[in-house]
Amino acid sequence: MSAVDTLRAEYELAIVGAGPAGMAAATAASARGISTVLFDEQAAPGGQIYRAVTTTPLQRREILGDDYWHGRTLADALLASTAAYSPRSMVWAATRIENGFELAVSRAGRAQLVRAAHLIVATGAEERPFPIPGWTLPGVMTAGAAQILLKTAGVVPGSGTVVAGSGPLLYLVLAQFAAAGASVDAVLDTTPPGRFRAAWRDAAGFATSPYLGKGLALLRRARAAGRVVRGVESLEAIGDGRVERVRYRVGGTTHEIACSSLLLHQGVVPNINFANAIGCAQHWDDAQACFVPSVDAWGTSSVAGVTLAGDGAGIAGARAAEAHGTIAALNAACALGRIDRAQRDAAGTQAQAERSRWLRGRRFLDLAYRPSPQFRVPSGTTLVCRCEEVTAQQVIDSVRLGCTGPNQMKSFLRCGMGPCQGRMCGLTVSELIAQERRSTPEEIGHYRLRFPIKPVTLGELASLPQTEASEQAVVRLPR
Amino acid sequence: MFRRLPEAGAATVPLTIDGSAALARAGDSVAAALIAAGRVDCRTTPVSGKPRGPYCMMGVCFDCLVEIDGRPNQQACMVEVQPGMQVARQEGPRAVDASAAQ
Repeated sequence: MSAVDTLRAEYELAIVGAGPAGMAAATAASARGISTVLFDEQAAPGGQIYRAVTTTPLQRREILGDDYWHGRTLADALLASTAAYSPRSMVWAATRIENGFELAVSRAGRAQLVRAAHLIVATGAEERPFPIPGWTLPGVMTAGAAQILLKTAGVVPGSGTVVAGSGPLLYLVLAQFAAAGASVDAVLDTTPPGRFRAAWRDAAGFATSPYLGKGLALLRRARAAGRVVRGVESLEAIGDGRVERVRYRVGGTTHEIACSSLLLHQGVVPNINFANAIGCAQHWDDAQACFVPSVDAWGTSSVAGVTLAGDGAGIAGARAAEAHGTIAALNAACALGRIDRAQRDAAGTQAQAERSRWLRGRRFLDLAYRPSPQFRVPSGTTLVCRCEEVTAQQVIDSVRLGCTGPNQMKSFLRCGMGPCQGRMCGLTVSELIAQERRSTPEEIGHYRLRFPIKPVTLGELASLPQTEASEQAVVRLPR
Repeated sequence: MFRRLPEAGAATVPLTIDGSAALARAGDSVAAALIAAGRVDCRTTPVSGKPRGPYCMMGVCFDCLVEIDGRPNQQACMVEVQPGMQVARQEGPRAVDASAAQ
């Protein structure tokens, strides 16, 4: 089924997010006869990794690469399935009801309620905060943002672009720029020296990872995009009203490069706002330096009726997410009473093996590209919370005044209470408070996020269908 | 600065950016159209009044807020361009106008 215009009031299964996990889950669940709806904020399926895979203007396959085009098979399978695919749809709340959940969904500025007996949350990843001085200046963007410009609009960096940071996605973006004929003035690589050797020692399993060959080829291609400066120890974006230059230190010496664009990236982390708000337990993953929802091998969360799938349940990459989506669909079928546990386990053997294959040696990538503390935990006047413009020093000062954690920090500073709802500052705040209190992020915890997980207008709220009871509560209509 | 690859096709969708005529490619987000037109910043913040521009392009950072066809606080990266669309900078917080209520 292609995109649906009208939604039914009730489905057996609702899936949030149409990336690899959500697409695979919707296809697999609907193939089992489960009435399935898939909500996604974007206009076309794919998530961020396969963003615009059905609509991109870049038809020369070598620009975005075979791994990207693999997403087309997932999107085609989804669109050919009987799942109701609802694009441009923002699910901003979920409430437990007697037989499942009631979701609040906004489409084209109007909200409605949809019931589902089971939920698969496949909200994917977002880029890790990169809180350096000047990271809020116009012209400073994430490398992922530049990749979205490439995929969706065929827009590439021109002269005056500097890229800074570390991690597989950074090298992928650079390789794609090079394939598109775009170059950058410099790549400031923040991967700490000696990291690969140490990671290899601790995670030799990477030798059997499908990503080893891909990674080496990627690093080679990425070098064609621009001059690489290795071992960068500090970064600062400088400019009056927009970024004009980047200052960096390498080997103890400070340098500056003029630029009009600075693209930052230091890995991706799970987008946990929905899972956190619905009450899913989470834990601190020290290798990935982020909070991760706690799930079993089938994506079962701590909340009954909620299965988590893909990178939103821990960063593992697109191919592992795809297998995880199939696994989550089987878990949902089991929870819905369509199959029993033994049938689930038998039907999931192949997807579990596929997922394991793509997870092989994952630890190597986690260790090799774990960002250095100075890029995760800022100090002084560097902004932590972009929305409310709260500095690292303000967070530190409030801890010294007795603030014990991120939730109390909100009432001290409004930190994390702006429109992004902590997406840009949550990890930084937890790590900063942990450092100041000589504790751990696990001990300090993360923001307790609440619905609505994205800003909703009063107009959207007012557009919700009203029951007689809700109208009586306000206007006392004559009965 | 960013540039459009030739194979992205011609920009044919007319819109205005702060009153000036501009062209976007069909399927562009408003944020992509702004960046392709050389606009780096699109608003000033409610807290300090400092300029901001698109940062994440995926709907999570809320730094690309603009006014679209008179409606403030729109995420430029989440809205597709339409012919005749009027895009304007958002200065500080949105103004609350009770008479504009629908």
